[in-house]
Amino acid sequence: MTNPGATTPAVLLRIRDLRTYFVTEQGATARAVDGVSFDVGAGETLGLVGESGCGKTVTSLSILRLIPEPPGYIRPGSLIELDGRNLLTLPPRELRGIRGREIAMIFQDPAASLNPVLRVGDQVAEPALVHLGLSRAAARARAVEMLELVGVPDAAARADDYPHQLSGGLQQRAMIAMALICRPRVLIADEPTTALDVTIQAQILELLDRLQRQLGMAVLLITHDLGLVAEHADRIAVMYAGQLVETAPAPALFARPQHPYTEGLLASIPRLDRPRARLHAIAGQVPAATAWPAGCRFHPRCPYAWERCAREEPPLLDAGPGQAARCWLVAEPARRSTRPPSPVPRPLS
Amino acid sequence: MTAPLLEVEALVKHYPAGRRFLGLGRPRHVVRAVDGVSFAIARGRTLALVGESGCGKTTVARIILRLADPTAGRVRFDGVDLLALDAARLRAARRRLQMVFQDPYGSLNPRMRVRAALREPLEIHGLVAPGERDARVATLLKEVGLAPSLAACFPHELSGGQRQRVGIARALSVEPELLVCDEPVSALDVSVQAQVLNLLADLRDRRGLTYLFIAHDLAVVRHIADDVAVMYLGRIVEQAPAATLYGGPRHPYTVALLSAVPLPDPAVRRRRIIPLGEPPSPAHPPTGCPFHPRCPHPRKSDRCRSEAPALRELAPGHRAACHFAEEPM
Repeated sequence: MTNPGATTPAVLLRIRDLRTYFVTEQGATARAVDGVSFDVGAGETLGLVGESGCGKTVTSLSILRLIPEPPGYIRPGSLIELDGRNLLTLPPRELRGIRGREIAMIFQDPAASLNPVLRVGDQVAEPALVHLGLSRAAARARAVEMLELVGVPDAAARADDYPHQLSGGLQQRAMIAMALICRPRVLIADEPTTALDVTIQAQILELLDRLQRQLGMAVLLITHDLGLVAEHADRIAVMYAGQLVETAPAPALFARPQHPYTEGLLASIPRLDRPRARLHAIAGQVPAATAWPAGCRFHPRCPYAWERCAREEPPLLDAGPGQAARCWLVAEPARRSTRPPSPVPRPLS
Repeated sequence: MTAPLLEVEALVKHYPAGRRFLGLGRPRHVVRAVDGVSFAIARGRTLALVGESGCGKTTVARIILRLADPTAGRVRFDGVDLLALDAARLRAARRRLQMVFQDPYGSLNPRMRVRAALREPLEIHGLVAPGERDARVATLLKEVGLAPSLAACFPHELSGGQRQRVGIARALSVEPELLVCDEPVSALDVSVQAQVLNLLADLRDRRGLTYLFIAHDLAVVRHIADDVAVMYLGRIVEQAPAATLYGGPRHPYTVALLSAVPLPDPAVRRRRIIPLGEPPSPAHPPTGCPFHPRCPHPRKSDRCRSEAPALRELAPGHRAACHFAEEPM
């Protein structure tokens, strides 16, 4: 599916102006995802990065239309397109044919995503039974094959185990086997390694990279960890308060972050590869989804903010090849020098 | 060097496991959660205890605070054997060593306002005249960077970062000398994590506190620790001053842990050293070196499978438990 000759991969998943809102118990509207647009191409990994409550998981659930309605709803005018088909207008029957078959998803907590009373092999085989119409025996054989592919040792025996008999790392491998058994074209990985230890995380991410190369999938990697997307994503979209605030090819985002939020996030990561210095902290906290600030949603926490930022909401402005930032600094770059982005690093004792 | 504030000596904690007959039968094996851990922390220093889930680091913390009893070993605080204290003297000692937990939501009573949560330790230990306790609460909140008006809030009205600050204020309220911080920032978002780490460093410097900082993230630890001890399967496998450990790790597990931390810089391409497979269960530890089944060291040999390496001194203050600690990986 990969086309090495092409400079830009064919767009497989196209999201335009996605708005997913929730009505709270108090009757307020939480604009969890509020006008998000991006594309993911075949063979490409897009990293969707943000902190808790920024809307990244609601985005991923919206793509598969897994938002509980009510209290949630996807606003008319939103578009989620897989290879030209709008998933938002698809009848439920056809949608079921896409979930797990063409778009698969792996979640943060494999223990919660696996059924505790079914054998691992049967669960991994299920999508092949449902979507590919394989016989039980054939689906089962394919499941063992998949478990081998994702590096489960002694796969045939492990297929007879129940989920609790596997470690967290092996459970996540089983989830990946289940997600990939139908050879989906799009894989959504939502914090796939957050519940795992760091050495196991490294193993799982290497596995995902290898499988993506083998299968040519488009991968949407959703995480709070900028380190992960630096190593595993081709392009990165940073989310804040329900919106994308910056998109860029991975090298550009880390070399020249354009949005002050991206800049602040990068500066607040404890790092092994830099001299030990006091960490930069972003002032304040994420606002509530029922009351996003007027103007730029980041302006109350932004070290550069001026009057315009409180008054006018910036659009995503073009900031270089493939890079865009939702910030007036892009239009008025001279303002960037008015205030240092972080306090002068003070060495720790 | 002055006498250490906290000394832990040959600490062992075994849990009986595998009981049959409704969990009442004889245990068939023991889980060696902590298997001979020794360290000391001098006053004003921060020792980080680092390792992955199940390595025993939290059990060590719980034993120090006497929330669990060890199978063997000693814990001395300011020269006093904590394990020998009766209930009254233990309570008095507890005022001097306090804990900050990972999940501030789980460690604060949901039905207690912040003011009551911060007053409670003062009442228990009879500190501060009753009429002045609310003023002390306000001072404490300010010290951890919160508005005194938050005293009227319930925990669910606070953000994760604010709750963790309340947890820290509660620990500080009784003027402790040692803080045991168990994964204090791992539940927080990265921007808030930076705020809380900076706060912990400031409080230490301002109050002259001593920290035992328990964490799984070596990058986080680097920003707060003076000394680092790496645990694997109930034992310390390497211990050194922070600069030495990060600059020249000698145990293959430390090397692997460091190599597994993702670097937020796509321009850097590293040679990854990832340990093989999964950590074994502490109920069935491997023979010889506990790390040998996963060890990526090129010199790994039969000796690793049969003979457990001792934690030996490589340089002053730098200890590692590996037969081949001197050889390059």
